[in-house]
Amino acid sequence: MDLTILWFWIIAFMFIGYFVLDGFDFGVGMSLPFLGKDDTDRRVLINTIGPVWDLNETWVIVAGASLFAAFPEWYATMFSGFYLPLLLILVALILRGVSFEYRHQRPESSWKKWFDGLIIVGSAVPAFLWGVAFANIVRGVKLNANHDYIGTLFDLLNPYALLGGITTLLLFFVHGVVFVSLKTEGDIRLRARKLATKAGIVAILAAATFLTWTTLAYGTVASALLAALAAALLIASFLANLRGAERLAFALMAGTIGLVVLTLFSSLFPEVMPASNNPANSLTIANASSSTYTLGVISWTALIAMPVILLYQGWTYWVFRKRIGRAHVDLAVH
Amino acid sequence: MNEWLDPLLLSRWQFGLTTMYHFIFVPLTIGMALTVAIFQSAWVRTDKAKYLQLTHFFGKIFLINVAMGVVTGIVQEFQFGMNWSDYSRFVGDVFGAPLAFEGIVAFFLEATFIGLWIFGWDKLPKKIHLGTIWMTVVGSIASAYFILAANAFMQNPIAYTINEEKGRAELTSIWELLTNPIAIAAFPHTIFACFMVSAGLIISVAAWHLYRNQHLETMRPALKFGLWMMVIAGVLTTLAGDQLGLAMVDAQPMKMAAAEALYHTATGANASFSVFTLGTPDGVHELFSVRIPYLLSFLSTHTFDGTVEGINNLQAQYVTLYGPGDYTPTIWITYWAFRWMIGLGLAHMLVAVVGLWLTRGGRSPKRTWVWKVAILSFPMSLLAMSVGWVFTEMGRQPWLVFGLMRTADGISPGVTGVEILISLIVFSVLYGILAVVEFKLILKAVQKGPDDAPVQDAESGAHQHAVTVY
Repeated sequence: MDLTILWFWIIAFMFIGYFVLDGFDFGVGMSLPFLGKDDTDRRVLINTIGPVWDLNETWVIVAGASLFAAFPEWYATMFSGFYLPLLLILVALILRGVSFEYRHQRPESSWKKWFDGLIIVGSAVPAFLWGVAFANIVRGVKLNANHDYIGTLFDLLNPYALLGGITTLLLFFVHGVVFVSLKTEGDIRLRARKLATKAGIVAILAAATFLTWTTLAYGTVASALLAALAAALLIASFLANLRGAERLAFALMAGTIGLVVLTLFSSLFPEVMPASNNPANSLTIANASSSTYTLGVISWTALIAMPVILLYQGWTYWVFRKRIGRAHVDLAVH
Repeated sequence: MNEWLDPLLLSRWQFGLTTMYHFIFVPLTIGMALTVAIFQSAWVRTDKAKYLQLTHFFGKIFLINVAMGVVTGIVQEFQFGMNWSDYSRFVGDVFGAPLAFEGIVAFFLEATFIGLWIFGWDKLPKKIHLGTIWMTVVGSIASAYFILAANAFMQNPIAYTINEEKGRAELTSIWELLTNPIAIAAFPHTIFACFMVSAGLIISVAAWHLYRNQHLETMRPALKFGLWMMVIAGVLTTLAGDQLGLAMVDAQPMKMAAAEALYHTATGANASFSVFTLGTPDGVHELFSVRIPYLLSFLSTHTFDGTVEGINNLQAQYVTLYGPGDYTPTIWITYWAFRWMIGLGLAHMLVAVVGLWLTRGGRSPKRTWVWKVAILSFPMSLLAMSVGWVFTEMGRQPWLVFGLMRTADGISPGVTGVEILISLIVFSVLYGILAVVEFKLILKAVQKGPDDAPVQDAESGAHQHAVTVY
């Protein structure tokens, strides 16, 4: 098998890992104003992701490093081209990350409110901008012969990309709220289910529009099938949540997000960053990739390490499998 | 173009600023993880309450730093692509591999097990919980290795071939890349220096409490531990630094010449090490200096009659080799950074040795200034670490990858000065505010001191652990 093809899909896998995992972190963060009626509620919410947000966020670091190693041109063009959106994502991730840690350090409610606000914004901004970024990649951006981005910031804010951002934001929101229903007990669990239903309808509408647009404008047969499957899983998740099958609803949401990412990647293939102004300037898996030797080296590392990683990360989720309720955080000492 | 909007200058400031900031949290994570692991091991082994108190106490300080370490680390990785895209294109085939290794092999390990440690107190069996902090230690140290191996390529590019058609460097041997002599020497030097920083923190914290005559039960052993850790890590840092110096003279003779502001090639006694120079250290306007003969010869070659090449000589060689240009780093920066690094490092070991003597057999010094010096250990050790990095990275200039790519050629052609100015301001303000919050929180945790010994359950004999939550 051609290693460049293998790595195209490994990169897709890593972004799936990142969006599925950090996706529900973002969703939980965004749900604070909707589900967190008082401080105890908000602490319950934050503690559903307490032990895992850090490792979930690590996926973006690994995805970024793998992109750098496997497709240096893609990494260089994407990261320099999306300079200001990525700056915003970084700022949001920084503020969100420290807020988890700082929030409980002082008892005053004004202090906590500050960090609650930062968690909400810090979750919503990347949830939206990652969608904008990937939709733009699929849509194509203006590149010169050196593969540098030559468009402006406003070129990135086109309707298709904005819809992509809204779609990821809503998908992550629902994903997070379903996660809350799966991880909590008592009143908040029921409220989460109801919210997931309401938000689910909006998410289905947005995702259906975005996937249809993607298929009609940039799709292939394979991507159309994946898009249809993504939509089916999203609706199935909605129904599962209605019936109170929390675990199934969450698994189906994870599947939906994975399939949306796959839809985008398979619309791209074999290009990685199509140039909208001149196809000759497009980055493809062939001209953006590292040498066969380097790809071979990182292939072995990834293929040997990934099962072990999935194993110990799975173990973490198993250790923290218990539901969290108000009683837990009220009893606990920081 | 407005010189304030020079993308090169702004990108360099941004990378320097964010890297130095990030590297405050790196040594704290690496060193404190080890410290906490040792205290917790002592507790698991002896079941003495004071070790558990110390584990929780230093664990808390450690945790305040972890989130900052993670989030500022993402900035580091993104910046290669955001601000240095031509560099990324040129070296990605080589430089990307150790970064990918770091993420896949080391960083996942660290991030996963730290979560297990923080929240696993009441969920995991005692020994398995202890194992999680040790896994964190392994992850953090392995992570440092891969990053230093990547950095070593910039200092001493090896294991590559140039692909003319693609205009980039390509990896020829991963093994050779990972065993770069600079990486082999820089790794222990950096890791032990990280241990010095956390030893500095422990000494500062323990001295602060002991000076106030409080928490004696826990802070006395903590001080002793910190002092020993400082002495041992200090000796090892020095020995490794000596090896790194030799490797550096081999790979980057200009850096050693710049460290000494040595303009003219010197041999034997003339290859002296100036402890202090008054006036401008440009070799022309020297007013006064304290010099140790032979020392530079010894540092560079491990012989007393060695020859150390001077800046002028090397500059001429490089012009022949690489074409016209200025190949000299900013001398006053390298000269003084090198001295501050060594001076502060040695001062620490002195403080630690004197401290061990003064506190021998449970003695407690009465003089105020002794304690005040000890309390300064932490900020000083951080400073030593930072100037060490300033030296090694500024000493690499004007190269981004020594001999292969100039810093000026590595920036992102598509990113404007205005965009970089925005990001530089955003990072400066954000990091500045977070530094103040962080400092206050750590100070508060430190001043509060360790919690009382955990209650022992009368029936089961087990310690009750507080459930950790945010």
